Amino acid sequence: MLVYLLRRLAQSVFVLIAMMIVVFFGVYMIGNPVDILISPDATPAEIEETMARFGFDQPVYIQFLKFVGNALQGDLGRSFVHGEPAVQLILSYMPATLELAALGLLFSVAIGVPLGVYAGYKADRWQGRAIMTGSIFGFSLPNFWVGMLFILIFAVQLQWLPSTGRGDTVEVLGMRLSIFSSNGLQYMILPALTLALYKASLVTRLARAGTQEALTQDYVKFARAKGVSESRILFVHVLKNIMIPIITVLGLELGSMIAFAVVTETVFAWPGMGKLLIDSITTLDRPVIVAYLMLTVIIFIVINFTVDVIYTLLDPRVRVKGEAA
Amino acid sequence: MSRPVFRGLAAALLASAIPALPLAAQELRIGLASEPSSADPHFHNLGPNNQLRRNIFESLVGTDEAQQLTPLLAESWEPASDTSWRFNLRQGVTFSDGSPFDAYDVVYTVCRIPGVPDSPSLFTTYTGGITGMEVVDPHTLIVHSADPYPLMPTEFSTFGIISARANGVDTSSLEFSTEGCGDDLPVPATQAFNDGTAAVGTGPFLLESFRRGEGIELVRNPDYWGEAAPWERVTMLPLTSDGPRVAALIAGDVNFIENPPLQDLDRLRADSDLRVVQGISNRVIYIHLDHAQVPSPMITGTDGANPLQDIRVREALTIAVNRDAIVERIMGGVAVSAGELLPPGMFGAHEDGDLPPRAYDAERAQALLAEAGYPDGFGITIGTPNDRYINDAQVAQAVAQMWSRIGIETEIDASTASTFFSRRNAFEFSAYLAGWGAGTGEMSSPLRALLATRNSDLGLGGTNRGQYSNPEMDAVLIEALRTVDDDAREALLRQASRMAMDDYAIIPLHYEVTPWAMRASIDYVPRADQYTLPYMIRPAQ
Repeated sequence: MLVYLLRRLAQSVFVLIAMMIVVFFGVYMIGNPVDILISPDATPAEIEETMARFGFDQPVYIQFLKFVGNALQGDLGRSFVHGEPAVQLILSYMPATLELAALGLLFSVAIGVPLGVYAGYKADRWQGRAIMTGSIFGFSLPNFWVGMLFILIFAVQLQWLPSTGRGDTVEVLGMRLSIFSSNGLQYMILPALTLALYKASLVTRLARAGTQEALTQDYVKFARAKGVSESRILFVHVLKNIMIPIITVLGLELGSMIAFAVVTETVFAWPGMGKLLIDSITTLDRPVIVAYLMLTVIIFIVINFTVDVIYTLLDPRVRVKGEAA
Repeated sequence: MSRPVFRGLAAALLASAIPALPLAAQELRIGLASEPSSADPHFHNLGPNNQLRRNIFESLVGTDEAQQLTPLLAESWEPASDTSWRFNLRQGVTFSDGSPFDAYDVVYTVCRIPGVPDSPSLFTTYTGGITGMEVVDPHTLIVHSADPYPLMPTEFSTFGIISARANGVDTSSLEFSTEGCGDDLPVPATQAFNDGTAAVGTGPFLLESFRRGEGIELVRNPDYWGEAAPWERVTMLPLTSDGPRVAALIAGDVNFIENPPLQDLDRLRADSDLRVVQGISNRVIYIHLDHAQVPSPMITGTDGANPLQDIRVREALTIAVNRDAIVERIMGGVAVSAGELLPPGMFGAHEDGDLPPRAYDAERAQALLAEAGYPDGFGITIGTPNDRYINDAQVAQAVAQMWSRIGIETEIDASTASTFFSRRNAFEFSAYLAGWGAGTGEMSSPLRALLATRNSDLGLGGTNRGQYSNPEMDAVLIEALRTVDDDAREALLRQASRMAMDDYAIIPLHYEVTPWAMRASIDYVPRADQYTLPYMIRPAQ
């Protein structure tokens, strides 16, 4: 058991190091940030001085060793553009992304589950087919286009909701969040809906399949025989049983939800991590790009590692195989 | 067609029926195309930062729409000797914390500028030439330099003044020296400006909040010495994507936006609720040629020779470009054909018509090529960014077609700005398209940066990535840079510009025209420096 975990840990560290090399050199290849950041009026001497201040005058392997040295002490560098530690900068953008993802998740369940259950119930009727056809749009329409369309319809034409930006925020546990203020919530609806569309289609399909299967089960037949109303059967008995796979899948999809937010955040000028990443790429803010990617990698490594550990605890076969290998 | 007309009528009726609202109580909401990186006036010498700075921290010298100098915190200035300027400062100005403004604040500001930590682009470009600062009395300041420094007042318009007293400085002991002003001088951190504690200026607005990615809020400075700003509150939202920015304006979420995209201009103009204003900017779009490398990296079919070193080839390339066609068809009229590097009306540029854009003449271009020994032309690639200037890659594509028409097989190599500038600075291109905005509004700016022989010691040729070198033009330019008398300097700058254009040193294409869009109830006078300044945005007459 211990040997297996140690080996698994060593693998994670290896992945981390490999990613560090790929990310650092990948970002290094793009170009010289000073070319973008410095005022065009700057004299050649000032350009050189700025290069030296940021350490770009050093050979690339020295820069890399310095970066690794600092990273080992938990320091992923300072943003060139903002002059703040990159990690701190990313963390300050994080609550906005997380609350958007959370609301998106809520929307995808709120839209997907009733539609899916209904589609499963009326699987052979036109209603069910219409819902299934509709869900194809949710899968296939590009995110940014849906966002623009929502802006056009709900903000420009109908003027029901604000088009872009972030509204009022309330301070909760030291984080500023929009989700608890009614004005802030209005600003979240369109981006959260955009974000939710793909997931809602996924949930619809899962819920439909689950419902169809559940309707053939004995407990449904028994409930019907007992005279329980159809709606109670669907939304109490069936729903309870189909939620387990849906929750499992959504939990797994939360990571990609946060990653997908990059596009949605850009369209809606939502000040989350995704927008920070895009802005940092255009200004070649290397420390922020590297820190963002490193953080993502670490999160994925931690998730995978935890999952593996749980598997070994649950399933002795994994453990045995690991030791045998 | 009938809807806009109807709406126009309705708007006119409404306007006549309802008395003007108390505009002073109104809020202005602006959609910014690019976000400032900090509220610290000295952190990053960059357009969006400087534009925000002007609302909160004023400079000694102001600039008007055409970038002409105007009095601001200094009421007047004149040369005190060959190598010094006297600034007579405005009396009765106070900072927003109540501390009075005087000459010591200027000294303190110049002291702080070189030491801003982690700055990606320092303002020392404008203060590095200062060798001494002498406070004659609290409202008279003499600034010395080693050499004659005609641009000193212009450069004093580029940075904002912060308060010495508000930062706990004992002004009686403040001494300027080029070595710094003492290690124990208390200076605010950049963070203190962003969170508002150090945002103490003399400007028409006070900084209420600076929230990265979310927006910047300004409120009117009730104690402003000048004319009060027309807005009680200004919110500036970073809406960096073009489509959503326009949508936010049409939806009414903002009432003013910067840089509406070209393809939406017609639609915005057709809407009677909206207004589009536009004006010529100080930015020229040009193609720079490789004058130095043999063989030049992206030229083929010349057996290693660099044909761009032949003036006849350069002339052919220049007159092969149909500028009017580019302006009309690619820029949608939002550009003006260029004959030199700064539009008429700006300092050092020729009067309208004195140095017109080179006329399009493909036949003569072909003849010139044959004369230079390239009757069958050669191959060349134009490097261009594709997300930096208005329609940059399309303009390069058009030039490529025009050059191909005279027998020069031209391709384009378009890449995102960050990649492009790094490659350009590594001299990877034989010809590249780029733009130059004259920050000082003077012809000396593009000549010094783009065409003067590269020389680190003199600070010349910093962006001369075509490595053009013409000692005669250098001499005239350097003379101009030492000439304090404005008329004499302008004459020298014109002469230098004409010398470079006669040598076909660079191919000017067009001057960009900058548009702004807003609700019809407000108005803005277009600025050559492309800044969006809320205190200059007015309710429409």
